[in-house]
Amino acid sequence: MASHSLALQHHFEDAEQQKDASTIGMWVFLLTEIMFFGGLFLAYFVYRQEYPAAFASASNKTNLLIGAFNTTVLICSSLTMALAVRCAALGKKNLLVLFLILTLLLGGAFLGVKAYEYHDKYVHHEIPGAHFDCEGCIDAGHTPLFFALYFGMTGLHASHMLIGFVLLVILIVRAQKGAFGPEYHTPVELFGLYWHFVDIVWIFLFPLLYLIDRSGVPK
Amino acid sequence: MITAPPIVEKPKNYLNVQSTLKSWLLTYDHKRIGILYLIAVTFFFAVGGFFAAMIRLELATPAGDLVESNVYNKLFTMHGIVMVFLFLIPSIPAVLGNFLLPLMIGAKDVAFPRLNLLSWYVYMTGGLFITYVLLTGGVDTGWTFYTPFSTSYSNGYVIAAGLGIFIAGFSSILTGLNFIVTIHRMRAPGLTWFRLPLFVWAHYATSMIQVLGTPVIAVTLFLLVLERGFHIGFFDPAYGGDPVLFQHLFWFYSHPAVYIMILPSMGVVTEIVSTFSSKKPYGYTFIAFSSIAIAVFGFLVWGHHLFVASQSVYAGMVFSILSYIVAIPSAIKVFNWTATMYKGSVRVTTPMLYAFGFIGLFTVGGLTGLFLSSMGMDVHLTDTYFVVAHFHYVMVGGAIMGFLGGIHYWWPKMTGKMYPDGWSKISAIIVFLGFNLTFFPQFLLGYMGMPRRYHVYPAEFQVLNVLSSAGASILALGYLIPFIYLFWSLKYGEDAGPNPWGSPGLEWQTSSPPPPDNFEVTPVVTEEAYTYKKQEVVQVG
Amino acid sequence: MVPKRVYFLVFFTLIVMTWVTAYISTVDLGKWNIFVALAIAIFKASIVVLFFMHVRYSSRMTKMIVCCGIFWLLLLLFITMTDIWTRSWMGVPGR
Repeated sequence: MASHSLALQHHFEDAEQQKDASTIGMWVFLLTEIMFFGGLFLAYFVYRQEYPAAFASASNKTNLLIGAFNTTVLICSSLTMALAVRCAALGKKNLLVLFLILTLLLGGAFLGVKAYEYHDKYVHHEIPGAHFDCEGCIDAGHTPLFFALYFGMTGLHASHMLIGFVLLVILIVRAQKGAFGPEYHTPVELFGLYWHFVDIVWIFLFPLLYLIDRSGVPK
Repeated sequence: MITAPPIVEKPKNYLNVQSTLKSWLLTYDHKRIGILYLIAVTFFFAVGGFFAAMIRLELATPAGDLVESNVYNKLFTMHGIVMVFLFLIPSIPAVLGNFLLPLMIGAKDVAFPRLNLLSWYVYMTGGLFITYVLLTGGVDTGWTFYTPFSTSYSNGYVIAAGLGIFIAGFSSILTGLNFIVTIHRMRAPGLTWFRLPLFVWAHYATSMIQVLGTPVIAVTLFLLVLERGFHIGFFDPAYGGDPVLFQHLFWFYSHPAVYIMILPSMGVVTEIVSTFSSKKPYGYTFIAFSSIAIAVFGFLVWGHHLFVASQSVYAGMVFSILSYIVAIPSAIKVFNWTATMYKGSVRVTTPMLYAFGFIGLFTVGGLTGLFLSSMGMDVHLTDTYFVVAHFHYVMVGGAIMGFLGGIHYWWPKMTGKMYPDGWSKISAIIVFLGFNLTFFPQFLLGYMGMPRRYHVYPAEFQVLNVLSSAGASILALGYLIPFIYLFWSLKYGEDAGPNPWGSPGLEWQTSSPPPPDNFEVTPVVTEEAYTYKKQEVVQVG
Repeated sequence: MVPKRVYFLVFFTLIVMTWVTAYISTVDLGKWNIFVALAIAIFKASIVVLFFMHVRYSSRMTKMIVCCGIFWLLLLLFITMTDIWTRSWMGVPGR
């Protein structure tokens, strides 16, 4: 059994205080992330209110099945992450590493699908800019706003996932070396919080971006 | 019998424990990080002050004879950006908060010392971006970056400026995060919430705002940069965008930001007034809760910056009422400071002079804010010098006086040295007089209709403008003198001793300057806060 | 220690609700579509927060922070939207 390094920092009285402080710190950080994404959600709600037809029509250009599939993939990665944290707490090193790797692979699959979707938008001239053309869209003049928000919000989400990947790789390496066990697995827990938060953002992005008015009933 | 005096080795304190540049630039010690911030904010204050000097020079005459209008636009923009984001927002929290918070709660350091150091580097990076903007030609949009001018028409370095502020904002978030966790989890045994110094309560409230508000301006600047770079149309009416949305997003942070600037200052004033009245602050619980109330209510009033921006009148009415309500907790504090001094044993020291100045000037600033909160009056006063005078009264007469008072109060603790009393009192008075001469005429100018952000004005406004510019030079002198004697005191000042002011605070129970780990032994708190020892009563006759 | 079956139950619920929300969006509920979609999203987010993020088993402090976050987000969204919603009430020409 490899030794677990606790690395109690000298300004803390004991390990419990250190863990407690780190956990609160991560939650406060997630609080800032809520407000960060919040600004984009505000812009979304304002413009959806102003241009409902444009938003509905532009939203229909996204692929519902791909979006739902991708959401499923991300939820799977949340499960594997939760199980990883559990394994860390139980000292099951090999399973921990396995679940962390699965989380990474599932997250990678999500981003792969996103890249495909972005490419698809590029091919269909749905990227706002000089070559923009929303074919068959109602109120096409205002559809760039939807797509700008689509790219802005999913792009910001994706960049958070990329940062997550870097951290995940570091965690996998450390876990493999036996750094985590029942007495100390705070980094795994805290990363889990971050990863679940990123999942929650997507839980909202999916209906807001992909599911506007898919009934095909003319308004 | 004569014995040779023992050779006493100078005790190790946080300043002399290591003296290489590397030990300063890679320090985890909150006290050293506070000093690093002090040097940085002082530098940026000088930069912002230079722009102020240029503005007042131009405005000494009605014609636009010193600079052209587009250069003038850059002057007031850079003055605003540097002063707000690089000086006022970090000043007290990053300098005094960083230095004192662990001392005041009996901790060895903040919760995340490495994050603390990172926050300084992030701040310097933001400052670097803004310095780059400065050196390559500046930005002319006003510090408020209103769209679509900033996104579509400005020829300045908007993207670089936006990125600089975005980066500096993260420094603020990290500081706030650190303080919240520190105050929750690093308090010494026996130090319950209601035994905390009110300076700590003030910083807790400030940290709440930093953590909840700053991310919003971060994402706003992110959208601004996207729009300017890719012409998306979020805020451009030509594409269906709404410029008022930018203003909502901008002011959602920037209004609470002004409470980031003033709350720490209020915390400083409470400490100073208490110490130099030898009395526990009157209404401790009221002061503590009013700090939290200001932080919370401060988030509900941002629409008062949008009264004339075609915001809905109904929303405006609600923002107006809330803006009146947010003044109440501040007024409660003014009452409490006054009541603390009543029947206290008042000593007029330099920090106390700054505290007096704060109380008077902040009151004027705060009351004039109420004029502006009334929608009808705001229609006439907005974008005039009345607004400029209002916010300088609260930010300079308030926040900066508090900062200077705090520096003078805790200088002996931070450096172990005292500064010359006569010079410090004189410069406090010069600051007060210079400040009033600079900004009071601006209330009159605004009321009479002189618009802000113009480098020319009708000849009938010249007398008041000249008075204002003259005041500015006196104010500048008032700021320069402390810079000189504080430096002087580092080498030639009297040794201060652990508690030169006779204050009961925990930070005064350790040596000046403090040892690297703050306390030889972790203190255990058994008394309420501000427990002044009763003076012995001398019976006469 | 949260039992494994709680995680799997939450996971299963999330998957089901994802496909439910996707399906419901194809049914015309008029103006209620968005409310249903958001309600489902809020439900999904809640079970992630409570169980995957362990908030159900966490300290009061953690719960407080989560509530603050939701509250402040709602402040930002709701108060700004009151401007958008009420702008047309005055019958200003051009709107």
